[in-house]
Amino acid sequence: MRLILDVIISGIIQGAIYGLIAAGLNLQYGVARILNVGHGEFVMIGAFWTYCMHSLLGLDPLLALAMFSPITLLIGYFLYKSLFQYVRKSSETMEMFEGNSMLVSFGLLYVIQNIALLWWGTSTLAYSYFSSPLHFWGVTFEANRVLALFIGVAVMVAFYLFLRNTRLGKAIRAAAESPTSAELSGIDIHKVLGLCFGLGAMLACIAGGLISMMNEITASMGFPYLIIALIVVVLGGLGNILGSFLGGLLLGLVTTAVMYWEPELSLIASYLIFTLVLLIRPQGLFGR
Amino acid sequence: MDLWKGLTRTRYSIWIFVLIFALALPYYSPSYMVLSATSIYMYITLAVSWTIFCAPTGYVSLATATFFGIGIYVLALLGKVFPLPVVIFFGGVASLLIGVLVGLICLRLSGFYFAVFTFGLSELIRNSVLWWEHNVTGTVGRWIPSGNAGRVYYSMLIVVSIAVIASYLIGRSKYGLALKGIGESEEAAEHIGINVTFHRIGLFAVSCFFMGMAGAAMATKFSYIDPNSAFNPLISFTPVLMSLFGGVGKEYGPIVGAFILTFVSEVLLSRFPYFYTLIYGIIFIVVILFMPKGLVGVLTRRQ
Repeated sequence: MRLILDVIISGIIQGAIYGLIAAGLNLQYGVARILNVGHGEFVMIGAFWTYCMHSLLGLDPLLALAMFSPITLLIGYFLYKSLFQYVRKSSETMEMFEGNSMLVSFGLLYVIQNIALLWWGTSTLAYSYFSSPLHFWGVTFEANRVLALFIGVAVMVAFYLFLRNTRLGKAIRAAAESPTSAELSGIDIHKVLGLCFGLGAMLACIAGGLISMMNEITASMGFPYLIIALIVVVLGGLGNILGSFLGGLLLGLVTTAVMYWEPELSLIASYLIFTLVLLIRPQGLFGR
Repeated sequence: MDLWKGLTRTRYSIWIFVLIFALALPYYSPSYMVLSATSIYMYITLAVSWTIFCAPTGYVSLATATFFGIGIYVLALLGKVFPLPVVIFFGGVASLLIGVLVGLICLRLSGFYFAVFTFGLSELIRNSVLWWEHNVTGTVGRWIPSGNAGRVYYSMLIVVSIAVIASYLIGRSKYGLALKGIGESEEAAEHIGINVTFHRIGLFAVSCFFMGMAGAAMATKFSYIDPNSAFNPLISFTPVLMSLFGGVGKEYGPIVGAFILTFVSEVLLSRFPYFYTLIYGIIFIVVILFMPKGLVGVLTRRQ
């Protein structure tokens, strides 16, 4: 019983992080059609920013994260405006745009990776924050993990409400359905897609900050998170942001459960789920 | 008409000149250059065989590492039993058979789903082989009967020549034209009596065949392999980057792309080991921004 509770709670914590990152990627690919291979690097940037602010200036990690997220939103927006909008105009077909924007994001991945390696090297970094143990129902958790869970879920809910209730959220959903008709109904499509790219970067960065509170961080931590995000995007359905959150929770639960049973099978399990879902329900578990 | 004839003649003589140059390379150049040339051939083979399937059909396969890795493993298992050319051929055949199987399963997926499926499949295979070696055979990695640099060089040269010639022939054959038709409009192709599934799977298998041969031919260079190096996911991405970089509109696009990128990365790696990926990444971004159709696109626009 205690083991089951342990697995469920760790799984949800892990899943909330996966969900955030995947929702970010889904905004970038599902809406803006940019398969951003450098998405994981924004996770890494968020983690290192939080680490640096905490260990150098003694800033509270959450405060540092709250300060930095609007900045990543802007960075993402300007990346879209300066690079991807240009690629979109120079590509004749949508397929060509997808290929070329993926290449550009590969370029970004290489550049960010290299700068991070020059800056921090290959060392593993960590800091301690709210690490006192919490006990409930006989299970022990570090306080920072519970905190990360709450913040992750809060961000998800806030984001979901934003998409559902605001005008901008509506514009994003319209662009996800069909960019052409969104443009026809008077939406400044490049502004919306730029915003999607920026929001995607922001979600990745928030997830990175939360990861840095719980785990050790390295300059090369980003890419595995990209792979996980890809799996989750497929699980939840392309363009379905809520699906990504749910898919993230599901994958987190499954991988954690397998991890307790036989650690080496955890990766195999996630790829197996991934390939099976693609074959049986390519529109995603939560799609129509 | 005369002009066309003249053009083909120059083109033939260029290829023959390149081939003679390549055949003689080990006799006049230092050994590091032979090694670089071998990896250039490997990447050309991978990029060309990736393009054979992916350019006409519009599918993006990210499973190159799987078929390359199968070739490597075939050599590791059979390298001592059969002579090298036979093993290289077997490597290709093994990849071809698995390619048919993969094609049957997943070629009904479209676009993005095909790309991520092939990627997920190759990662699944890598992790499963890793798990198998850990838990069933109890050893991770194995030593390979290694050949000398010259032998690897020549076997890779033969493989790359076959792959390049095959890609030209396929592009010009009825088969290749049928595929182009499928890529442009699947429905229209079906209406004029092209068997879409058969053509797709066949071509996918052919492209896997060359990847497997490349893996078997390169394996003797590595001398030690484990699942992580044999099924390295980077091997799946690099040929895509190289082909798009060179441009998939012409047969020589992937060759040019693979040649330049392998050469540039070897130079960068030895001259600026700390800024290698930084420069590589900037080159990428600049090329895509200013040459959206790849290098070949710029050349053909001038004509």
